[in-house]
Amino acid sequence: MLTAPANTPIIEVEGLWTQFGSHVVHRDLNLRVEYGEIMSLVGGSGSGKTTLMRQMLGLETPAQGGIKVFGIPLQNTPRELVHRIRRRWGVLFQEGALYSALTVFDNIALPLRELRVFDEDYIHDMVMLKLDMVDIERRHAWKSPSDLSGGMVKRIALARALVLEPELIFLDEPTAGLDPDRSESFVNLIRELHKKLGLTVVMVSHDLDTIVSLSHRIAVLAEQRVLVHGPLADVVKVEHPFVRNFFLGERGLRALSALPTEVPQS
Amino acid sequence: MSPPSTLAAAPVQEPEVRLASNPAAGVTLSGAWDIRSLQHRARFMQASLKVAATTVDGPWDLSGVQRLDHIGALLIWRAWGKKRPAEVSLQPEHEAFFEQLARNAEGVDAPAYDPATLLRKLGTYLLVFLEHLTGMLVLVGQTAIDTARMLRRPTLGPWREVSASVFRTGAQALGITAGVGFLIGVVLSYLSAEQLKAFGANAFIINILGIGVIRELGPVLCAVLVAGRSGSAITAQLGVMRVTEELDALSVMGIPYTVRLVLPKVLALAITMPLLILWTTSIALLGGAMAAQVTLDISVMQFITGLPAAVPGVNLVLGIGKGVVFGALIALVACHFGLRIQPNTESLGIGTTNSVVTSITSVIIADAIFAIMFNDVGIVLM
Repeated sequence: MLTAPANTPIIEVEGLWTQFGSHVVHRDLNLRVEYGEIMSLVGGSGSGKTTLMRQMLGLETPAQGGIKVFGIPLQNTPRELVHRIRRRWGVLFQEGALYSALTVFDNIALPLRELRVFDEDYIHDMVMLKLDMVDIERRHAWKSPSDLSGGMVKRIALARALVLEPELIFLDEPTAGLDPDRSESFVNLIRELHKKLGLTVVMVSHDLDTIVSLSHRIAVLAEQRVLVHGPLADVVKVEHPFVRNFFLGERGLRALSALPTEVPQS
Repeated sequence: MSPPSTLAAAPVQEPEVRLASNPAAGVTLSGAWDIRSLQHRARFMQASLKVAATTVDGPWDLSGVQRLDHIGALLIWRAWGKKRPAEVSLQPEHEAFFEQLARNAEGVDAPAYDPATLLRKLGTYLLVFLEHLTGMLVLVGQTAIDTARMLRRPTLGPWREVSASVFRTGAQALGITAGVGFLIGVVLSYLSAEQLKAFGANAFIINILGIGVIRELGPVLCAVLVAGRSGSAITAQLGVMRVTEELDALSVMGIPYTVRLVLPKVLALAITMPLLILWTTSIALLGGAMAAQVTLDISVMQFITGLPAAVPGVNLVLGIGKGVVFGALIALVACHFGLRIQPNTESLGIGTTNSVVTSITSVIIADAIFAIMFNDVGIVLM
């Protein structure tokens, strides 16, 4: 029904153009994300990383070109079908985007309740299970999001994104605003969940540590296109000012040298 | 990176619970037990599992399960009574789901209902009310102190903000107040005309409209409109500034936000309110006079020339005086609620609603106090 053959990529971006007025952000951009990988989108500010991600989510429509997710184009597709695609992915927004009017419990329960097939008892157990999965103590379940720290909000938002068992998960700046300790443990959490659940992860990040320690492949957005897309070892070989500054600048080298053996190979 | 096992090539079967004819022979589960397959038949599968769990006393065979996720695993786990049955055969990669469930067996329940909640709630309301009162008082006091300090060097005053506020709360409100005022004038005149005609007291329309609109209706109508229009805007603006920490940014720069934000709004509304009242009252009287011409044959000219005799000038002073008080009151209430907004979206909505409701209520209370204080002023008995 919705299952694509195994050889098609989970996300396929083809000939994508994005324009704001006369300002071209993406010019004939192509990108493929394979099933099961962790892919990072990297680029300078204004390079259109977040826009690309929002287009993949169907929140914005590109001027030209198409995006297929699970082999189904997002544009000119019946709403019903797009709706079904949306139930198969989870999104972690930068600020968590927890519904501030609801408690933590209700935030995580909301997608489950919307299905209207599970009873409250079941939902309770499922919410508790998801809280355990993201290492949040159960006593926090009845708090309101405004009473929680940034790190906890991110974990709970992740639990909410995972509650419908998505195959694909989008992370927008997963470690932004977290202290190094928290961001380290959040990275570990994502890695662990990826291994356990066989997720595909698409991530936008500025944090080199996060990118280096998680990604199988990295797509560098520059000059209105995907400059290079591949494992870290291939990316750093590219001669380009952005790549040099980002990966091989002082900060970059520090991050790379700190994690020499942990670079995952896809 | 190999594709996850959920994409195995074999066609996906529907989830199924098979009972052997002999209860001791056990249960066999097969098919896909994931959200995609379960989201339309979860209730049915739950019921089947329950039947299986209560009747069968044998091994559970889950090795035929093609797909499993937490949704399916929890369904099975709950049918088991949240503990692993004696004999289970599982695919090794499905083991992890049940291990996790077993690890987290005990939960913390929602806080139980406490009968004292109602009483506690009442007490909380009372305390919140008192807190609002003291908060208001502190705001008024702080603004007064900061203003006094500012007045020593009046060139540093927030005059530009005052002027901007006057424009926003006054000039831009002219249209709506005129429209509403005119219609109310027409309606009031029409209704009174019927009664007056019955008594042959046509000329008294000038007294009724004159006193009613200038003394009461104009100021209150105007105040309600301004509270809804500008009061809510002030609360929302300060609330957003609170959420985005702009207020704190002002404080650390040594700029008291009472002077920069509260004072201009209070001053501006105290200036614009009387002017708006004058404007609304005039338009309402015009509307009333025009309606009187149609229903009672009193010309607009006649209405206007008759007005000074029917309505002593002190009523106008009273109406305008009310305007100053109402304006300052609306601005203070709006600022008070705006400054108390918590950094979340819900609080912004509640705060704005409360601000408008409270400012309209306090305007009407103030109006009642005015009515009692000045009950023997400006009324001529014929």
